[in-house]
Amino acid sequence: MFPLSSTTDTPTEAPRDTVREEALARVLGALGANVVDSLLKPNDDLWIRVTAESWRSTAETLKSLGFTYFCFLSAIDWLPSPFGKGEDDPTAPAVERDSTIKQGYTGGDTRFQVFARLVQPFTTLGINIKVDVDDAVMAVDSWSGVFAGANWHEREAHEMFGIGFNGHPDLRNMYLPSDFEGHPMRKDFPLLARIVKPWPGIVDVEPLPGDDSEEGEAS
Amino acid sequence: MTMLGDRQQLAYIASQAADARVNVELETEGMTLNIGPQHPATHGTLRIIARLDGEQVVWAEPSAGYMHRGYEKLTEVRTFPQVTALVNRIDWLGSFANEVPFILAAEKLMGVEAPSRAQHIRTILFELSRIANVSLFLGDLGVQLGAVTPVFFAFRDREYVLNLIEAATGGRFHPNFDRIGGLKDDLPAGFIEETRVVMKKLRTFCDQIEDLLFGNEIFQSRTRGIGVIPKDVALQYGLSGANLRASGVDWDLRRDQDIAMAWNKTEFKVITHPDGDSFARCWVRLQEVRESTKIVDQLLDTIPAGPVMAKVPKIIKVPEGEAWVSTENPLGEMGYYVVSQGDQGPFRVKIRSASFNNISITPWLLKGVYVPDIITILASLYFILGDIDR
Amino acid sequence: MNSALLSADLPYWAVSLLRVLGGLVAVLLPAGTVVYLFLFKMMSFMQSRLGPMEAGPYGSMQLFAEVGKWLQKEDIVPANAQPEARIFKLAPLIVLASTFLLVVVVPFGPDAWFTNFETGIFYALAVSSVSVLGILIAGWASANKYSLMGGLRAAGQLVAYELPMVLAVVGVVIQAGTMNLQEIVVAQNAGSMFGWDGLGNPYILTQFVAFLIFMISVQAELTQTPFDMPVAESELVSGYMTEYSGFRFLIFFIGEFATAGVFAMIASILFLGGWGVPFSWFGWTTIDSIDNWMNVGGPLILFTKMLVLVFFIMWIRFSFPRFREDQLQRFAWKVLIPISLVNIMLTAVLKVAF
Repeated sequence: MFPLSSTTDTPTEAPRDTVREEALARVLGALGANVVDSLLKPNDDLWIRVTAESWRSTAETLKSLGFTYFCFLSAIDWLPSPFGKGEDDPTAPAVERDSTIKQGYTGGDTRFQVFARLVQPFTTLGINIKVDVDDAVMAVDSWSGVFAGANWHEREAHEMFGIGFNGHPDLRNMYLPSDFEGHPMRKDFPLLARIVKPWPGIVDVEPLPGDDSEEGEAS
Repeated sequence: MTMLGDRQQLAYIASQAADARVNVELETEGMTLNIGPQHPATHGTLRIIARLDGEQVVWAEPSAGYMHRGYEKLTEVRTFPQVTALVNRIDWLGSFANEVPFILAAEKLMGVEAPSRAQHIRTILFELSRIANVSLFLGDLGVQLGAVTPVFFAFRDREYVLNLIEAATGGRFHPNFDRIGGLKDDLPAGFIEETRVVMKKLRTFCDQIEDLLFGNEIFQSRTRGIGVIPKDVALQYGLSGANLRASGVDWDLRRDQDIAMAWNKTEFKVITHPDGDSFARCWVRLQEVRESTKIVDQLLDTIPAGPVMAKVPKIIKVPEGEAWVSTENPLGEMGYYVVSQGDQGPFRVKIRSASFNNISITPWLLKGVYVPDIITILASLYFILGDIDR
Repeated sequence: MNSALLSADLPYWAVSLLRVLGGLVAVLLPAGTVVYLFLFKMMSFMQSRLGPMEAGPYGSMQLFAEVGKWLQKEDIVPANAQPEARIFKLAPLIVLASTFLLVVVVPFGPDAWFTNFETGIFYALAVSSVSVLGILIAGWASANKYSLMGGLRAAGQLVAYELPMVLAVVGVVIQAGTMNLQEIVVAQNAGSMFGWDGLGNPYILTQFVAFLIFMISVQAELTQTPFDMPVAESELVSGYMTEYSGFRFLIFFIGEFATAGVFAMIASILFLGGWGVPFSWFGWTTIDSIDNWMNVGGPLILFTKMLVLVFFIMWIRFSFPRFREDQLQRFAWKVLIPISLVNIMLTAVLKVAF
């Protein structure tokens, strides 16, 4: 399996990607100690994780390095869903599920992470930037002063995850009515459709009347 | 193509300033106009709240979310093939194009590459959905501006493309044809000849639309100089697709990116326009339809033989990892950031849809324009509600 | 019709009744024909579809079906418009009234006319402005921001395009030497071009510029695309007509197409020779020497010429996008009016020269 972090796992033999390596070197040089972790997948993509205090200055630095195209900004909730895949029988007692938080590429220490992607225009050299969001604070700085397009993305992340963005001019709800309670994209916010009618799981294809029974197919 | 003359730009600015002076002198009261969510002009349920001063907009803001279906939450409880069926419905006019980046991301995580025949056919269907999507845009452009006839021609000629997609995949609007590792089925007999005929018809259609609509002086005076987006602002907002290329940015993900599709086996022009106004955006899309028909012709000539499905297990479990794939969709750049934790379904999918970024520029863009220009600008930016709201 | 037309001596009430019926026919028949022929069928064929085919053979009864549909709808006055309900209900009638007032002065034949004013065309242009009042009232009384915007746009546009229309007509009046519509017809059909009277002297040849300006102004007066900002369907959803439904909308609808027909009739009178054919074809010399069958043929000829002109109006309506309001105004004030003024000067000079 491919290493998830270039600082903790032992690297395996992989093809060289000089463009990305050089870009990573430039980025690390410019950001210095703000970068907590990084990952380079050759011929694939580039990830870095920065400290929460440097979130906004990271954006400014990367913009000055040439990553001027703002692709998107969103958040991830790393808590495994307590409802599983929505296949629980509602009449049975609630299933106890493992709720250890396991972050993805470039690791992490918190349940929530905000991540964004910036691209160098005219190339496809993009960089994914992640930042931990402390559970007590639940806020990071806003990028809307650096990239005007981040305005709407931060509004959506705020309403879906409940993460505040300091310095955002107008943090209203994007999609939901303003009096909506809760943050839908959090894993502990239930998907009501699956609670009302759980998914029956792998379904056997119903045989045609008069035929022999078919073998079960994956849905 | 001609640059917008300085005189024309100055004339437009001067006329706006003159109107502003008149409005201040007369002290006309501001009026709040609500365009939508039910409205003939918007491509769906988009609501625009505009504060007017006479006929000029003081500020305008779109209020999206009337069609929010919670796709990113829904993907968390589905398996990868189920998500494919779901994702068709984001941009419903060019549906096949929505599936492709997601399937490519899943294949990246699995380390599987579809056979070259499948890649070829994927690209053909992708381009066909682009043609279907943008030809409707061309027709709708007329309706928004008052010309009621081109839209019928657009629908008529689009039917041919939809018939092709239906012949290949079984669904006109929601094909649900892509699978991890390839395609569901091979092409039917007679598809290649039929497609060639249809591409010729579409080139005729493009010529008709160019004569009927783009050559019209009224159309030009309604769209030239309206809603100019400079390059750096476009990049900041993450504008993509024809909107970006109409501002002079020479960037096309089909040409500049190396992914498992067949675009790098064809030759096509990337069309840009220096003006960045509404006319430029419409014109670039028209030329892109023409280029698409040529791409399809080239692809039809070179389809390799072989299987359409790679060897993948029956029940697909995608290994842990994160992947980002984006493609040049009809509306712009659409990408999926897929986070998997080794299950049959994704852990988190972030859907980066083109129209969301394209429309986020409207509060900045609509300041100071006339009310009819709101419609022109929105028409030229081209969005699909499903894409904005997901 | 004056009573000389009828050989029998009819009592005055009978003549009045016939005149009323004739007026209704003169307004409704062009409206109906224009709607069915051009709006339903021609527009559909141009858009590669068939149009109404179900009601009657080839959809010919569609018109009656539509009238029936509109008539049986509920009479709605929006709640916010209740205080001004009487004015709200009055507005469509004003628009229709202006059409009837306009048709009164149109001559259909040598003896088939309703009134024969000496200042016929002056009266016609004056009265055609009455519909502006109706539209403004409709926009204001609807108590709806969209309708208000539509009404204001319409007022500005209609007033602006009155001027080119009047100035275009002045050229014809100078050339004919009279404002009486009947005399204008006679002057065209009895006249001759450089001594050859095979075609009469239709003013469209000498006043081609004025004809174009008149037709453009008519398109704007009818708020047809490309001048249909007041009714911009993709923005204002019908503008000043948004809140009207049922019978009242039918009145607006009839008014729009009847006015189109009547304006086309006036245009054909001014420029194409109206109800007549060149007198030299039949050896007539003055209006009194025209045979009586012309009183039946005249309306038919006028009807045909009207259809030709309405065809052009509708054709342009279906093909072009619409102007923006300020572009529209700029076009009227900065382009049409100067050209028509030049046309008047040239006509006056040439009239004296020839």
